[in-house]
Formats: sequence, structure tokens, C-alpha cells
Amino acid sequence: MFRSASNFSDNVDAVFLYIAGLSLIVLIGITVTMVYFVIRYSRKRNPVPKNIEGNLTLEILWTAIPFLLFMSMFYFGWVGYKDMRAIPADAIDIRVTARMWQWSFEYPNGVKTDTLYVPVSKAVKVDLKSMDVSHAFYVPAFRIKKDVYANKNNNLWFRSDKVGRYDIACAEYCGLNHSKMYSAVQVMEQKDFDAWFAEVSKKAGVQPTLVLQLKK
Amino acid sequence: MVNVAGPADKIEPSFLEVSTNKYKGILSWLLTVDHKRIGILYLFSMMTFFSVAVVFGFLIRLELIAPGRTIMGPQMYNQLFTLHGIIMIFLFIIPGLPAVFGNFFLPIMIGAKDVIFPRINLFSWYLFITGGLIAVISTMLPGGSADTGWTFYVPYSVRTTTNVIPALAAAFILGFSSILTGLNFVTTVHRMRAPGMTWFKMPLFVWGLYATAWVQILATPIIGITLALVIVERFLGVGIFDPALGGDPVLYQHLFWIYSHPAVYIMIIPAMGIVSEIIPVFARRTIFGYRFIAFSSLAIALFGSLVWAHHMFTAGMSDTAQFVFSFLTYAVSIPSAIKIFNWVSTMYKGSIQLDPPFLYVLSFIFQFSIGGFTGLMLGALSVNIHLQDTSFVVAHFHYVMFGGTGFGIFAAMHYWFPKMFGRMYNKKVATWAWAITTIGYNALYFPMFIMGYLGMPRRYYDYLPEFQPYHVASTIGSWILILGLIIMFTNLIVGMRRGKKAPANPWGGATLEWTTQSPPILENFHTIPTIEKGPYDYSQFEIPAAKEAQ
Repeated sequence: MFRSASNFSDNVDAVFLYIAGLSLIVLIGITVTMVYFVIRYSRKRNPVPKNIEGNLTLEILWTAIPFLLFMSMFYFGWVGYKDMRAIPADAIDIRVTARMWQWSFEYPNGVKTDTLYVPVSKAVKVDLKSMDVSHAFYVPAFRIKKDVYANKNNNLWFRSDKVGRYDIACAEYCGLNHSKMYSAVQVMEQKDFDAWFAEVSKKAGVQPTLVLQLKK
Repeated sequence: MVNVAGPADKIEPSFLEVSTNKYKGILSWLLTVDHKRIGILYLFSMMTFFSVAVVFGFLIRLELIAPGRTIMGPQMYNQLFTLHGIIMIFLFIIPGLPAVFGNFFLPIMIGAKDVIFPRINLFSWYLFITGGLIAVISTMLPGGSADTGWTFYVPYSVRTTTNVIPALAAAFILGFSSILTGLNFVTTVHRMRAPGMTWFKMPLFVWGLYATAWVQILATPIIGITLALVIVERFLGVGIFDPALGGDPVLYQHLFWIYSHPAVYIMIIPAMGIVSEIIPVFARRTIFGYRFIAFSSLAIALFGSLVWAHHMFTAGMSDTAQFVFSFLTYAVSIPSAIKIFNWVSTMYKGSIQLDPPFLYVLSFIFQFSIGGFTGLMLGALSVNIHLQDTSFVVAHFHYVMFGGTGFGIFAAMHYWFPKMFGRMYNKKVATWAWAITTIGYNALYFPMFIMGYLGMPRRYYDYLPEFQPYHVASTIGSWILILGLIIMFTNLIVGMRRGKKAPANPWGGATLEWTTQSPPILENFHTIPTIEKGPYDYSQFEIPAAKEAQ
């Protein structure tokens, strides 16, 4: 149904569909009941109204049942979120720099690119930093987003199991060309990634390593 | 129609003819301390602002009908959505129900001759107008109007070269207007109730205004201070929020939302009050669960003050904060759910007359429910991460603020119109306007949910071609909506000038405003009434026969 391409996508969609499904049932329930009452108890059909002040049992029921349902939604949302925070220790660490109105990516060995190239099925951690105003790093197909600040080291991680090219958008309003601040994640087969990485590293005159290099 | 003959039908000069001062004409309005005239001053100023912001909204939608440039450049677009937000929030929907209908009806509904501080009441209208004018003037100064979004997020708002300071000053002044109105209402409800008007005999609209007034008093000063700090930062270069100066932008977001989230409840609680007034009158039976509805207003006001950081789930707060704010967000949904169930139950075994105010209430319940349900989706942390700052959020809050409060205001206008102006609008035309606005409204905002989930970020001047079908549907919806609004307002304005004379109690309401003549006299009552019956006790009325809208 939706384009999904990361380890989080299916869970986010599932929680969303769970809440949306329950909501739809209740919404239809409310609307149908309301329309039914409006027709059944119209002035024509029911000229004499009956006063009903309230009903404690009903009040307790329609407080308690939504409460339980809401708690389940809260729980599933929290569980999914916790996965997003559990960054694997072996994740490839890539620094993302945002400025008005572009993204740039820096690999551990110092290689810089304007598209985010990552190998398929590997955990990737991105460290976010802004050079000016606030931005937000958003990959809709991965269901991930994080604000990017100049004074704060936000990060997030993902693992994509599908080779392909996915949009990166800026989701925090940042001025004139906010809507043009797109880049992309290119998810590649491991061997393609290795070849690409060796080539760009060679061009930059550095070792093609994804382990953080100490600055000389 | 129910027409209860009584002394109130003996027409005396109304507040429209008799003023509180020695002046005639425009000055008798500008210097009035009559709560009803002040309510009408607010009504007309607010509707003017609303119309302007609708035009901006129309232009925004028109620009978005196709990717790339359609009718304007990105700078113009950014300024328009900023102005649309500032005007709609600060000049239309926050003052909408309390300042217009609260001012006009709160004193009458509790059996008082006016609010407790009539001069402060007029002063708060002047603050409102001053704030509004500064906002208007700021758009004409060199540099152009602000392009920050209505949220004024730092650091962008301290870096942009547009006129942010006047816009902030406007919002600052408008805040004082809101605080004074809140103060006036709380004190009026505590001190001015007529004999026998106990707390649980108060109409639910009064309960809503009362809960709202506390939020206005307690939350608004925080936005005032925050905006003042931004002004200090811009003028004096003191680092408070801007990281370049050593400040923290997330601190700004916290302070901004500590006010602006409760402000959402300032907007919606009085609208819920309207709904609770209208359903019993047109169903001819008492409200279901009076106390639950009354207390849920207070519960919303209380919990609503504790959920602000759910606007910041992607800001990088601690996991503990994320957990707590997500939990509280679900907690605040419960009182709203209670209200919806009670409203629908109030229709059970009623004798329902589908007049225009009731129709608007039906739309309110449907649309506000969608707003609420999508709020549940946004409250779940993992889903929020995906949806934050997409058009899904735009659709969500428009469903609450416009589909809810906006339609609540339309319902209130159609319900109280005959009381305020002593004339009746054309009900058939009003019914058509209701149908068209409801269809247009949903066509405009529903597609935004879909494209939001598909990844369309908000505040985007341009977009990827894959989103175009949704944008086209939404823009066409905006045309239908505006057509409906034009019909609605034309009908009301024509009704105001040439409508049939309205009796004192055209709907058969049991609250006190319907015991006064239409329009009410200056100071509302000759003698302060003593209250014995509840606000939704219709036993004194004959049940009017079924009748088609006329």
C-alpha cells in the first residue's frame, strides 16, 4: 500500500493501520448512530421526546473502553519508538550536515557526498548537524525523521533491506527554498557499494574504511 | 417554531438603538461599554480578518494546484501561509467564540446585566484592534511581512530580514486582550450569577467559557514573555534561543507550545459548549450527562496544559519526556471522547428538528471526531515520527480547528443570529450553504491526510509530481468551500438587513437569553431573574409540530 523500505516501515504502518482501523470502526459507529437517531427521532416520527438525564454505567463504559484502547495505542507507539532509539553498535556512522538549502554527507574516512549512499541490510547511523537554522531530516519511505539543530547532536538510525533510491526531504520550515531541500538515499548491493566507496575514497586520497579515522 | 408569548415580546428599544453613552452613530459604538455591542464589534472585526485569511488560504491552495510556480514565487507563498496562520489563530479563532459570543451571551445566560468589568471589556477590544492593525501594517513595511510560519521558530525568526518584530508585537498585544477577556469572564461567572443560578444550573456554554477563561489567564502570559524574549534577542543580540548566540532553539519550542497547545483548547472548548447548547434545543430534551460534559471541559483545560511537547517528538527530547508526553496526549483524548458520546446520546429519543444550527453541529461532530482520531494516530510515538511536519498534521489540526471550532462558530452564528439582530435569515439558503461548506471542507482537507502519510512535508511551496492528484482534489475542495462560505455570509448579511422579524424565542430554548426580547434591551433584564429550572428543561414548552425549513 505505502512505499516501505526500512526496518521500521512495516511496524509504523502496522501501528498506524491498527489505530486507523479502530478509529474507522468507531467513526462509522458514531456517524451511523447519529444519522439513525436524526432519522428515527425526527420531529415527524417522534413528536414526543423523552428526557433522559444520563446513565452512569454508560459513562463508565465509554470512559473505560477508550482508556484501554488508548493505552494499547500508546504502548504500540512506544515499543516502535524504542526500536528507533536502539542504535546497533556496529552501525556505519555517517555525518549529515544541513544548511539552507542542501544536505551533505560525510563518511567516517572523510569522503563527502551530496547523496547518501548506503549498503543494503546494514545498520546506518546518521549524526545530524545544522550549519544555520533548524532543519529536519526526513526519509518518508523509511518512516524516520529527526530535527537538525546547530547546537545539538541529534541522531537516528535505519537499515534498509531494499535496494533503491529514496527521497530525503527537509521537514522543518527553513525559509525560501525549504521545499527544494531534497536529497536521496541510494541503497546499494554490498558489492556495488564497496566498489563505489573504493572509487570515491581513491579520488579523495583516503583509505576506503568505514571505521572512524582519527584526524591527523 | 416555538413562540412563547411573554412580556419579552413587547418590543422596547433594543441595545442596537440605545447606547451606554451620550454619543450617536459610530462613536456610540466605539465608546460603548455594553457587553452586547462589544460582542458585535468583535464579530465584525473578526469576520473581516477571517475573510482576509480565507483569501490567503485560497491563494495558497491555488498555488499548490500544480508543482512549480503557478501564480506566485516562494517568498510570497511563505509570507501568505504565515499571515494565514497568524490571522486565523490570533485574530479569528482564539477570540472567535469567547470574545464574540461569550461577550454577548455569557452575562445574559447567567442572568447578569453585563460583565463585571465593562470598561476593561472595551479596552480588550481596543487591544485586539491595535494588535490586528500592527499585524496589517507589518505587511506593508519595507522588508515585507513575516515569513516564519505562525510558530515563529527560532533561529529562523531571528535571521530572516522580514518584519518579524511587528508581527511578534502584534501577537504580544493580542495576548493581553485574551488575558483581560479571560479575567473578566472568570470573575463574572464567580460574582454575577443570578439568584438560583447554581454552578450546575449554568448552561454548558458558560462552563466551556469558564474553563477556557482559566487557560487564557494562565497560559497566555507565557507566550507574551516568550515573544518578548525573541524581540530582546533580535534587538539586543542576547543569546536566548539562537544557537549562534549560545541560545537553545528547543527551549523556544517548549515555551511556545506551553502556551500554544493550551491555546488549541482555548479554541475548541467554547465550541464544544456551543454544541452542548444546540443539541438539546433542537432535540427538545435535556442534555445527556450534564455533569460529565461540564467536568470534561475542566479536565481538558487541565490535561491540555500538560501535553505541549507532543509537538516536539522529533526534536530529540529524552525518552522519558517522549514517554510521558505521549501518555498524557492519550489521557487528554478521553474527556473529548466522553463529550462526543454524550452528545450523540442526547439525540436518543429526542424530537429532532433539522434547522441550520443543528446541521452545523452534525458536521462538527463528524469532523471533530476525525480530527480527534487522527490525533490518536499522531499521539503514537513511532507513527508521530513519520507524520510530524507533514500535511497529515495540517489536515489534523484543520479538522479540529476549522471542522470543529470553525463549524462551531457557524453553528453559533445561525443559532443566536435572531437574538442578536432581531431578524431571521433564510433557512433554506442556510441549509444549502451548510451542505456546500461541509462537502467543500472535507474535499479540501481529507486529501491532505493521504498525501501526508505518503510523505508530503508541510509548508512546501513546491512538491514532487506524485502528490499532484491530492493537491488538485484539495484545491477544488477549496473552491467548493469558498462558494459555501459566500452563500452563508451573504445569506446572513441579507438576513441582518431584510430578514423577517424574529420572535423572542424562535427555537424554543430554555436558557436565559431566550427570555429576553430579540434583540435584547440595554442591560438585558428589567429585573434580575431568579432561576429555578435547569438550562435544558423544556417542560414549559409545547412541542412544536414538525415543520419543513422555510
